[in-house]
Amino acid sequence: MRVLRRLLPSLIPALLLSCDDRTAADRAVEDRILIVGNSSEPKGLDCHLVTGVLESNLIRALFEGLCTEHQSLDGQALPGAAESWEANEDFTVWTFKLGPDRKWSDGVPVTAEDFLFSYQRILTKTLGSEYNEMLFYIRNAEEFYKGEITDFSEVGIRAPDDYTLEISLRGSIPFLPEITKHYTWYPVPRHVVMKHSNGKIDAPFSGWTKPGNIVSNGPFALKSWRINDHIAVEKNPHYWDRDKVQLNGIRFLPVVNSYTESRMFFDGLMHITYIVPPEFIPYARKNYPDQFRSELYLGTKFVRCNVTRKPLDDIRVRKALGMAIDRQSLIENVTKGGQEPAYGMVPPFGNYKTGRAIGFDPVQAARLLDEAGFQNRIDFPRITLLTADRDVSKAMAEAYQGMWKKHLGIHIEIAQKEWTSYLNAMTNLDYDLADSGWIGDYLDPTTFLDMWIKDGGNNRTGWANGEFEEILKQSEHERDPARRLLVLQEAEKILMEELPAITIYWYTTNYLIDPRVKGWNPLLLNNHPWKWVSLEPN
Amino acid sequence: MIGFIFRRVLQGLLVLFVLYTLSFFLIKALPGDAFTTEKAMSPEAKEEQMKRFGLDKPWVIQYGLRLQRLLLQQDLGISPKKNRKVSLILQQSFPASVVLGLNAFLVACVIGIPLGIFSAVRKNTWVDYASMGFAMIGICVAAFIIGPLLQTQVAMRLPAFKVAGWDNPVDWILPAITLGLAPAAYLARLTRGGMLEVLGQDFVRTAQAKGVPPLTIITRHTLRGGLIPSVAYLGPAFAYLISGSFVVETIFQVPGMGRHFIDATIDRDEDLLLGCVLYYGFLIVILNLVSDIIQASLNPRLRESL
Amino acid sequence: MADTSTVTEKGTSLWRDAWLRLRKNKVAVVSGVFLIVMFLLCFVAAWFTGDPNEQDLANKFAAVGSSSENIQQVRQDDGSSIKETRTLLHLLGTDQMGRDLLSRILFGGQVSLLVGLIATSVAFVIGISYGAISGYAGGRADAIMMRAVDTLYAIPFLVLVILLQEVLSGSTSEVATWLVKHWKFPDETTHRLANILPLFLAIGALGWLTLARITRSQILSLKQQEFAQAAISLGLSPSRILFRHLIPNTLGPAIVYVTLTIPSFIMYEATLSFLGLGIKAPDSSWGVLIKDGANYMETQPMLLILPALFFTTTLFALNFLGDGLRDALDPKAAKD
Repeated sequence: MRVLRRLLPSLIPALLLSCDDRTAADRAVEDRILIVGNSSEPKGLDCHLVTGVLESNLIRALFEGLCTEHQSLDGQALPGAAESWEANEDFTVWTFKLGPDRKWSDGVPVTAEDFLFSYQRILTKTLGSEYNEMLFYIRNAEEFYKGEITDFSEVGIRAPDDYTLEISLRGSIPFLPEITKHYTWYPVPRHVVMKHSNGKIDAPFSGWTKPGNIVSNGPFALKSWRINDHIAVEKNPHYWDRDKVQLNGIRFLPVVNSYTESRMFFDGLMHITYIVPPEFIPYARKNYPDQFRSELYLGTKFVRCNVTRKPLDDIRVRKALGMAIDRQSLIENVTKGGQEPAYGMVPPFGNYKTGRAIGFDPVQAARLLDEAGFQNRIDFPRITLLTADRDVSKAMAEAYQGMWKKHLGIHIEIAQKEWTSYLNAMTNLDYDLADSGWIGDYLDPTTFLDMWIKDGGNNRTGWANGEFEEILKQSEHERDPARRLLVLQEAEKILMEELPAITIYWYTTNYLIDPRVKGWNPLLLNNHPWKWVSLEPN
Repeated sequence: MIGFIFRRVLQGLLVLFVLYTLSFFLIKALPGDAFTTEKAMSPEAKEEQMKRFGLDKPWVIQYGLRLQRLLLQQDLGISPKKNRKVSLILQQSFPASVVLGLNAFLVACVIGIPLGIFSAVRKNTWVDYASMGFAMIGICVAAFIIGPLLQTQVAMRLPAFKVAGWDNPVDWILPAITLGLAPAAYLARLTRGGMLEVLGQDFVRTAQAKGVPPLTIITRHTLRGGLIPSVAYLGPAFAYLISGSFVVETIFQVPGMGRHFIDATIDRDEDLLLGCVLYYGFLIVILNLVSDIIQASLNPRLRESL
Repeated sequence: MADTSTVTEKGTSLWRDAWLRLRKNKVAVVSGVFLIVMFLLCFVAAWFTGDPNEQDLANKFAAVGSSSENIQQVRQDDGSSIKETRTLLHLLGTDQMGRDLLSRILFGGQVSLLVGLIATSVAFVIGISYGAISGYAGGRADAIMMRAVDTLYAIPFLVLVILLQEVLSGSTSEVATWLVKHWKFPDETTHRLANILPLFLAIGALGWLTLARITRSQILSLKQQEFAQAAISLGLSPSRILFRHLIPNTLGPAIVYVTLTIPSFIMYEATLSFLGLGIKAPDSSWGVLIKDGANYMETQPMLLILPALFFTTTLFALNFLGDGLRDALDPKAAKD
């Protein structure tokens, strides 16, 4: 019985451990190591080659951009790699002064050269970055990417000296510091990347992010990485603000199954979960009230309408469908996460006032459907609602179906596809209605409005409106931030008038957090800066 | 015997080749590709990526190039979704799956086979019904129930067991039970069926009449024949077990290979999926061969088939 | 003195023998009756339990045996609408969307039983025939056939399922619409069946492999036995030998295996719905009900226990019936 013999040596410590009342979470608190659930295995750690939220959690621990997030206040930019910055009068040129004490984790100083190199790298077409439109604010960046300009020095970035970065933009962008918090604007270590890429700026699989090779400028450095098991980072001794960093390390666990993740938390194996599945939310609220958090998260859930297909080309039909949804009931009974019914596309935050464009009005909805020519509901064509089987998608789809049946008397089929088939169908406009959503990338309404331009990759509805695009372009010439927001509201009004996407609710993030975690505050973008997080034993 | 094994190995290579080819074209037929992403890629970026991975060429050329790379350089390619070499991914996840599979296999045999024998010998008594009932639990209560059940009732109550994770051998126990109960049920019933077939034969009655003790009848005379259906089942079952199970792995956070099969299919990660297919195919070929050899050794009449 | 010359033994076939023996097996008979009742419940009584997809979000997780009021605005022909109040009885309570649980379980049973029945029949027929032919043929044909099975084992099954779903669902949906329009098939039911069909085919295409292997081994060993050798030397045709003499003797383990595959097919369908394949919402099956119920294990255990109860008892019945069948078909018992 070799197996028994193999088991025995570890059964004994396990039994001894069971006399030790402390859980893994307890022991980690004493070691000042934070254990975090991070959804699933990241695609990579190269900030130029990833697009996801879970990757951004990791990259934020390892790297640092020009500005960083305040630990509790939304929309505040704190010094990161840059110690100060200022804009010219019309916000078209920004100058960042880099801190001379900023270093990479191998001791090499972070200079403007690194930034120049990084921005050139992400804008190099042959690298294949998926997210570089975040940099198109820079003058000539888009043209360089598309190959219309081949000389990078014509792009609006200059380094007058080693520690100054001068960025010229394509228009007035008063919120540029907010944008630099996004990981696409982070620097990569030029000396390390080039070393592993044979001197080519666009080699994507150089292996420079492997443990042992990777070098980073953030509060933490990569310690170990075991696929589908964990990624561990430890305090970076060369970080310029290391005295403020109170954690000794962070352990990210890629737990895909959210029920397992919650149970791991209940079992004392984790300090912060990525999410709480809706089925557990009432249970968590009741039994773990100190640990359960439900916070606003900058994102909108909506149902896309394929406006190229009948009968969805008729605004009245879209509006009828939109008004027949009882958003409050949906939130209370299906998603249970304290979300907010979305009466517009852009979630109201800061000084932006979202207009009240849509709500639950079944009577008006029925009337609109009549007006559209469907008095006899039998005449309403058989259309489908496309959905993926992720998270609570299925329950939402069933709820929509139930509501449309109840309030409009029409039967909508549900077409459930696996994830990539779902994305594919949506991209190819091969659907009627599609359950989808969008998470904001930065704190400005344009992150929810820019996607709806004609043939925009993230539009996926076939909708286009010239006036809408004109207004958006106009907003970039508006220097006064307050007036600019008013202009954007005009654009949103058009979007909601025509309703290519039926807005449902504004997201919240629901998760469990150990009360011993400090320095963790609600943030709209959910991009908590790890350097301010600490663990205090009771 | 050597000749037989040699022939089977050759056949196995042919199988792998056909498998690879079939799988390749099946995967290509799926809608979407590895670069269908939620935040849509710009057409330029997508074009770049397609070119980089050689996905812009006609399928047959892609097939040829991949095959060439596989045979001449033993290179399984790179996964665009995990940004790593496929061989590295498989290498890192293979140990966990093998350990999990072996343990599950053990659970299945240790529970299933004795139960089956008992039931066959005590046919139609309460022992029979109870054992079969117990065995049925393994099938009716699937992994996605047993797993969470064990997590909530065992792991959360006993400090020695963790809800999920794969750090030390104690963590092997719950996942192995979860994965092994269904095969245990199969084995119990197949063993029972097989034993009944053999126990019903004349020579058994003769032996009983002669006064041979029952235990000897079971172990020396009938067990070999009775286990044949089980062995036929075990070949592919074992291959399945050590290729990992998506459900058990995601419930217990086991860093195994089962996930890669599913992830690669959903992500349209061709090289990774083909790598998994080859690995699994290889196991099937070997294990079916072993299963056939064992069956033949148990029943000399089958040796003619070799 | 009795006239014994008129007392002759009535000739019986293997099947008649088997039937008679089966009838004597009490457990098998009870199981058989249970299964018939379950079938009737799911396919007939279900229609009396109301709409399994009718949601009432305000009435989630209602208790067993409760009732609820359902107020609806029903549109009249003249465009106006009136309020209609119906009282619904929830014998088993409601689920997380306020749908009647009994109704969901019974309608779900339709899908599961169909999956089990159809997919298993497909697998059974293909598996037994294939395995028997391969085992009987022996030699190179056997080798080729078995290597083909090896290949099929390792094909990434999920890929096949997705493909079949993508490729077939469009056409089955069109066929369904056509049938509804021209041959007056019931609308909802036909479309539901059309949605499920690719799934059955996919699952059936999976399950016959091990059955083929098991059958083949049996045939190989039976082939060497005296009765088979006798039949061969008598010059009987291969198909007759196979179907009359050999296959009936392999049915024992085959049936046992089949009683195991039915539940695994039902569960496999549920696993597929983890991934967006499987039965399409809002329809349900036992597997899906159990899978969704598992998420409520800590909070609303009834959602798991009730469907699991239906599922488990049906499967137990299937297995006992299968055992009975196996015993009944055992040729050695016929000697008595």
